[in-house]
Amino acid sequence: MVDVLFFAELQEDAGSDQVRIEADGLSVNELKTKLLSSYELTNLDQAMIAVNEEYSREETVLKSDDVVAFIPPVSGG
Amino acid sequence: MDKKFWITQEPINPNDCIEKVVRHEAGAVNTFIGTVREFTKGKRTLFLEYQAYIPMAEKKLLQIGEEIREKWGEADTAIVHRIGRLDITDAAVVIAVSTPHRHDAFEASRYAIERIKEIVPIWKKEYWEDGTKWIGDQKENTSYEKDIPSEEEMRDG
Repeated sequence: MVDVLFFAELQEDAGSDQVRIEADGLSVNELKTKLLSSYELTNLDQAMIAVNEEYSREETVLKSDDVVAFIPPVSGG
Repeated sequence: MDKKFWITQEPINPNDCIEKVVRHEAGAVNTFIGTVREFTKGKRTLFLEYQAYIPMAEKKLLQIGEEIREKWGEADTAIVHRIGRLDITDAAVVIAVSTPHRHDAFEASRYAIERIKEIVPIWKKEYWEDGTKWIGDQKENTSYEKDIPSEEEMRDG
């Protein structure tokens, strides 16, 4: 199982800030496909990805207890 | 508060940032304060809500401090960003950079705010009289379509 974090617009679309989902051994890209089958996440493809608090690529393969965060374009400052 | 790079829910006192970089070697401390603007292109903002992925945001602020140290060797940096509801004129971010000479302090604090807008996971939601919106990519010169921004995008931005 991995923890998936949503922020900003994605959090509102998902209706939740965090979900735990079976994705051990899947790539981030495969996780996205899985999420899109359950949630209406219009802008998921615009989000950057962080695995365990570091920016990561879509090919990254996930392991148990990883924390995957979808980072919509940022607007701090 | 020992951290030099942190996220807070409370109003920011710029001195909390400044005092972390004041030192004998410095001939300049440059401070940047980002504040909540009421009108953007004629549209009135009532207030803002900021959200952060706090542990990662603090790591990325620290990374910006390290990048500044690489570029301007003797610079010392502290950055605080506020989250939650902010009203017009409130300080959202304060950056303080101290360097031996003023030129570097100006340049490095400019670099810090631009980098915050690229890599730090913080988002703002505008509350207008007629609606709300989470704001994305204010730099509007990069699209993060697939994965992480390239090194070049990270450096040039």
